[in-house]
Amino acid sequence: METFDKDNRYSNILGWLAFLVTSVALYMVFEYAPTERVMGHIQRLFYFHVAAAWIAFFAFFVVFVGSIIYLKKRSTFWDNIALASAEIGVAFTTIVLITGPIWARPIWNAWWTWDPRLTTTLILWFIYIAYIILRASADESEKKARFAAIFGIVGFVDVPIVFMSIRWWRTIHPQVIEGGGMNLAPTMVQTLLVSIAAFTFIYFYLLLRRVKVEVLKNQVKEMKEELRKLQYN
Amino acid sequence: MGNQPLLAVKELKKDIGKKNILSDINFSLNQGEVLSIFGPNGAGKTTLLKLLSTVTDLTTGELKIAGESVVENTIHLRKDIGVISHHTFLYGDLTAYENLKFYGEMYGVNNLKDRIFDVIDEVGLNFCLHDLVRTFSRGMKQRLSIARAILHFPEILLLDEPYTGLDQHAIEMLNRVINGLNTTQRTIVMITHNFQQGLNLSDRFLILVNGRVRFEGVSNDFNLLELQEKYKELLGE
Amino acid sequence: MTFFKQIKALVWKDLKSEFRTKEMLSSMLIFAFLVIVIFSFAFDPTDETLKEVFPGIIWVAFIFAGILGLNRSFVAEKQNNSIHGLMLCPADRSAIYFGKVITNLVLMLIMEAISLPIFIILFDYSFSGSILKLILVILLGTFGFVAIGTFLAALTANTRTSEVLLPIILFPVIVPLVIGAVESTGAIFIGEEMSEILPWLKVLGIYDLIFITVPFMLFDFVLEV
Repeated sequence: METFDKDNRYSNILGWLAFLVTSVALYMVFEYAPTERVMGHIQRLFYFHVAAAWIAFFAFFVVFVGSIIYLKKRSTFWDNIALASAEIGVAFTTIVLITGPIWARPIWNAWWTWDPRLTTTLILWFIYIAYIILRASADESEKKARFAAIFGIVGFVDVPIVFMSIRWWRTIHPQVIEGGGMNLAPTMVQTLLVSIAAFTFIYFYLLLRRVKVEVLKNQVKEMKEELRKLQYN
Repeated sequence: MGNQPLLAVKELKKDIGKKNILSDINFSLNQGEVLSIFGPNGAGKTTLLKLLSTVTDLTTGELKIAGESVVENTIHLRKDIGVISHHTFLYGDLTAYENLKFYGEMYGVNNLKDRIFDVIDEVGLNFCLHDLVRTFSRGMKQRLSIARAILHFPEILLLDEPYTGLDQHAIEMLNRVINGLNTTQRTIVMITHNFQQGLNLSDRFLILVNGRVRFEGVSNDFNLLELQEKYKELLGE
Repeated sequence: MTFFKQIKALVWKDLKSEFRTKEMLSSMLIFAFLVIVIFSFAFDPTDETLKEVFPGIIWVAFIFAGILGLNRSFVAEKQNNSIHGLMLCPADRSAIYFGKVITNLVLMLIMEAISLPIFIILFDYSFSGSILKLILVILLGTFGFVAIGTFLAALTANTRTSEVLLPIILFPVIVPLVIGAVESTGAIFIGEEMSEILPWLKVLGIYDLIFITVPFMLFDFVLEV
């Protein structure tokens, strides 16, 4: 019980920090950062879009690292980290995939442009959805963790090759639409950095919570098994 | 080799994930000895056999075959082990001969062709050497599986519930083979639910409960009833 | 040396049973045909624009048919639990992986060698490129697909929903391979210069190299019991 309270305190502190920084980020996005001359207000989406993308990639990097350590050490802790990070990564990737087209529509006059970055994000989304489905279809928890870790490594190794091949593919099929080259004012850069910080706090807060849920789940499972043993005898 | 035991297990422990499957397993087996392992479902018998057959790694402890550590020489020591299980490990779309040829090549058996004819003779399947295994009866498959297991002259035979699904005739056949093997000084570890067979064929036996050795006995000192009583006593506490 | 002998034995065993039943090969072939026929109903085969997507159609057919084969490739090993028998053999686990890769590669190449000419005839495609280059691209593309596909098939063979799961986890991973294979096949078909094809061959080469190495390193973990 004591460790539970302690864990709770840490994640509470992290939660409040995330709330605080996110509030500052919101203020900066809507008030502090100037309105972009050409794109107008829609450009403010950029701060969330980029921050979410950054966190998504970071989350999948954590899955990769967690997977390697799991295969080396076989500790449930690292498996939980990988699982939690994959789920959060999928959530943030979804945000990227939704904000991308909303932003692109008025600017490029198309919802989807097969831009290398956006397309890679889509493939990334598929890979980690596959990761979660793979977990769900293995029976024993040890196998679940092992298979997921293997796929977590394979999936992450694949990402740079995906990006590279899609970029080459795009250069061969030139389109009128050019990737968004933007001159960022210093205040914009500051706003972006604070947004990224805010999303990072949110990420770690969610990670802690998700791992906790998994730990509790396992505890419940163990208790149930104990109970079943007692009744069976 | 001297008086070194052929198979030595010391403080063996196996965890899968967080769960402890086996702990504190100690026994040793000299050449020519037959050991039976009894125990309820989930006691860890199959895991123990997997450890002995080197398909799974131990967590801590020591496992030595002919004085060599299995952890260090896994692949090399596999040549000394033959496994007969209720799974036959055979390929249905290959003939009996082709199955043996395949496994023989995997084990690097010398003079493979002659050896195949020898073992097929030993299990009495000459008449269907070139038939597809798919068409075999359960008992025939099991006999071929025995041939497969002894093909590479293993020092140690591991038997995992070999009687499952066998009719009386096939059981006798299996016993003949095991007994016959025993005269050639082959060392055997067998796990089984069949107390009668397990007791008759073995020199010693272990009872495994909840991943621990709860009882060790010499087979000649027990009859079937005594063994069953002991078993019930260990489980019913 | 033993390592290669063992791989040879594994491939011999798989091909022997496959050529006896022809289960995998025939289903793969028929499936590849079906995909092409369905495509020709979906798009008008007399339309000129179809020529442009023809390389894509070919690879879609190959990959779909390949998935069928990959899904079957560990079924025989599970029937009498013979995968366990293989693990008992004094062989490195990676021998089992390489053996399966070679078997699947042979079967897929046979399927491709038979179906490709038929595709070209069915679509009345006037082929003007170099056959040798085409063979090289098909080899590179198929090898990469089989290398990662066999590995992931070994993974999904041990899950509840294996047949459904394999395409879901395999398709996103082979995106670079599909892009590389389709682009280079297309370039060869219209007789492009080598300098146009080379970048795609590089993509395929890098992909093949990475996805034969990573499974080789991780295959032990797949086969644990």
